[in-house]
Amino acid sequence: MEESSSSVQVVIPPKESFAKEWSSDQKAFKGVPWGKAMMWIFLVSDTFVFSIFLISYMTVRFSTKNEWPNPSEVFGLHVGQANVPLLLIAIMTFILITSSGTMALAVKYGYEKNRKMCGYLMLATAVLGASFVGMQAFEWTKLIMEGVRPWSNPFGAPQFGAIFFMITGFHGTHVTIGVIFLFIMTYKVFRGHFDTGKRGFFTSQKSDYEAIEIMGLYWHFVDLVWVFIFAFFYLW
Amino acid sequence: MAADSYEDVVKNKESIPALEVAPQDLYHAKSFWTKYIFCQDAKVIGIQYGLTAVAIGLVGLVSSWLMRMQIAFPGFIPMDAAQYYQLVTMHGMIMVVYLLTALFLGGFGNYLIPLMVGARDMVFPYVNMVSFWVFFLAVIILASSYFVPGGPTGAGWTLYPPQAITSGTPGGDGLGIVLMLVSLAVFVIGFTMGGLNYVITVLQARTRGMTLMRLPLTVWGIFTATVLALFAFPALFVAGIMMTLDNMLGTSFFMPAIIQFGEKLTHEGGSPILFQHLFWFFGHPEVYIVALPAFGIVSDLISVHARKNIFGYRMMVWAIVIIGGLSFVVWAHHMYVAGMNPWFGFFFATTTLIIAVPTAIKVYNWVLTLWRGNIKLTLPMLFSIAFIITFVNGGLTGLFLGNVAVDVPLSDTYFVVAHFHMVMGIAPVLVILGSVYHWFPLITGRFLNERLGKIHFWVTFIGSYSIYFPMHYLGFMGVTRRYFEVFEGEAFTYSITGINQFITVAALVTGAAQFLFIYNIIVSSKFGKKAGKNPWKACSLEWRTKDVPPTHGNFDKELPVVYRWAYDYSVPGADEDYITQDTPPSAVANARAEQT
Repeated sequence: MEESSSSVQVVIPPKESFAKEWSSDQKAFKGVPWGKAMMWIFLVSDTFVFSIFLISYMTVRFSTKNEWPNPSEVFGLHVGQANVPLLLIAIMTFILITSSGTMALAVKYGYEKNRKMCGYLMLATAVLGASFVGMQAFEWTKLIMEGVRPWSNPFGAPQFGAIFFMITGFHGTHVTIGVIFLFIMTYKVFRGHFDTGKRGFFTSQKSDYEAIEIMGLYWHFVDLVWVFIFAFFYLW
Repeated sequence: MAADSYEDVVKNKESIPALEVAPQDLYHAKSFWTKYIFCQDAKVIGIQYGLTAVAIGLVGLVSSWLMRMQIAFPGFIPMDAAQYYQLVTMHGMIMVVYLLTALFLGGFGNYLIPLMVGARDMVFPYVNMVSFWVFFLAVIILASSYFVPGGPTGAGWTLYPPQAITSGTPGGDGLGIVLMLVSLAVFVIGFTMGGLNYVITVLQARTRGMTLMRLPLTVWGIFTATVLALFAFPALFVAGIMMTLDNMLGTSFFMPAIIQFGEKLTHEGGSPILFQHLFWFFGHPEVYIVALPAFGIVSDLISVHARKNIFGYRMMVWAIVIIGGLSFVVWAHHMYVAGMNPWFGFFFATTTLIIAVPTAIKVYNWVLTLWRGNIKLTLPMLFSIAFIITFVNGGLTGLFLGNVAVDVPLSDTYFVVAHFHMVMGIAPVLVILGSVYHWFPLITGRFLNERLGKIHFWVTFIGSYSIYFPMHYLGFMGVTRRYFEVFEGEAFTYSITGINQFITVAALVTGAAQFLFIYNIIVSSKFGKKAGKNPWKACSLEWRTKDVPPTHGNFDKELPVVYRWAYDYSVPGADEDYITQDTPPSAVANARAEQT
């Protein structure tokens, strides 16, 4: 059999039914690169982390004896004379969802090898993400000035502050890591690393536009998690 | 050749399916540092994981010796109650997480998965390397807690709040508990990096012809355990973060209002039972994270050393998967006495007892594999048989403890200690020992010394039964676990002191035998009998490498192509009593091997 000639040529088989793909050899997810599959499994694992954070929040909210503060009052902003509830959070949510849109477009242009458009859209995503982190820092500062601490707050149950800082802090860390990688990727796109297949500094693996999509998966996940935090913490 | 679908391959046995996985771009180490220290080769990483796990495991072993001395001969080794609790805690945590989990998944997983699925390395060797060093950092953090003021935490390995972080508990108001929680969080991060690698290597980087249903059961066990770990460790991670915040920042996630020494603590309104739920949502799958790789490995050992195909391969695979799934819905059987709603207990007792079905299938299949096999009483086989017996024993006491009504009086007695040591302590350790005897010729090219091995086996096997069998009895007597001193008197009419002394002597001897084993490893790796290629005449791919021991890149220029499952032993009509996985059907035309 033409072993030597067939071993160089890599074939992506056509889409088959789930059962056929899983009972076949080599790959269970046909045509899915390693990195992408790995990011998906990681995100499932990370989903568990955030789910457990949110479930713990709900449990503690029931277990505490003190009254739970009203989020629409606590997270209100004064615009002129009026107190607009959840104004800052609404803006933050809008920004993060917009950044998901720019990210999706960046992936599209990446696969089209449109280096410039991909780069600009990555940059836009990074800047939007950074502004989200900035606004979160502003929100933290405002609440700390009003006397909210992890162990107590002037509005009611002490767990309110604890949960707030822990969950938004953990999510903010995810966003910050994402922003850092977005900036690195933007740099790599503009320098053409994905076109030339430059080898990574640490990993010594060749760069590929597929990395943009993997980045995108992570970014959409962070965005989706925020929607749940928004629903369960700010709206409830 | 054009792309052949799987069906074509089955029909036309000789055709080779087209390559779907691009040849892996390996990093070739040049310096000493990248070759042996920050190495990206999964085999070296596996050995690094193994050695680190065994090193910290010895700390756990010595801890258990000291504990046993205190229970049987109080005062012989001067120690106070706080130190005793620190020994108990560190022994438990080290053995479960840092020894067994790291050794099975990090050690055996790294070494065997790429070899057995026919890959050159893990899919992301760099991440894999980082994974080990993060694990190493976790071990260092854990070990450093011995040297901080107040010493390591003495909260028991379950670390239940509120006692874990209040000042009455050793290490509770110092750094002990913090270092433990941080170490666990770091462990989870490191493990996630490695675990993603194992999962994707199994799913996406198999060689041509290697379908999921042709994988050796070792890979199935480690793979399923890794998936469990990726979904269960988040609970431990989150619980660890919240408890650290409770301790360091004074939040009240787990801390209710408490009066200590007449003074009200600042905490209020937390839920201690929430921690128990989170801990056991991790803790129960953890049992199977340790057990499933053992199940898988022991199936392979039995099949190879009985020269017979594994009985009911497909059932074995499905049993592993079903046990893995069920392990996520049984966690609260650890909490029957925690004050849950009784209906909860009823639900969890039912799911717990259902797990007995797939596990029983596995035990039957092991026994039926042995049935009329050509059993060779080699060391791996002896350890495998010992495993089956021990696992059945530990499993049967599990049925007692799974029932609410029976568990309540037995809760927190030595019966529980005996149960979980049998089922997830001794049983997996027997498999580890057996598999070291089995794969040592692959790793070093030499056999371990047989005579020393036999002594090691019999002392370990009889010794561990001498330790844990009497403990069941102590438990029925009502002797509570984790007590610093147990007094004879009105509570216990029979002599429990004598039993305890017997157990302690057995523990000392059994522990000492493990040092004999380590001596055997050190000496045999240099002076052992040369093994040559495939000394056990096994079918699976790890023995089909270019060099033995396998070098970087594992296989020759071409990756092997797989035509059959890993269990074609004693096939009628074949020239030899085994047909390796990469033997094409035309080479064994007379063999009546079924198409697998």
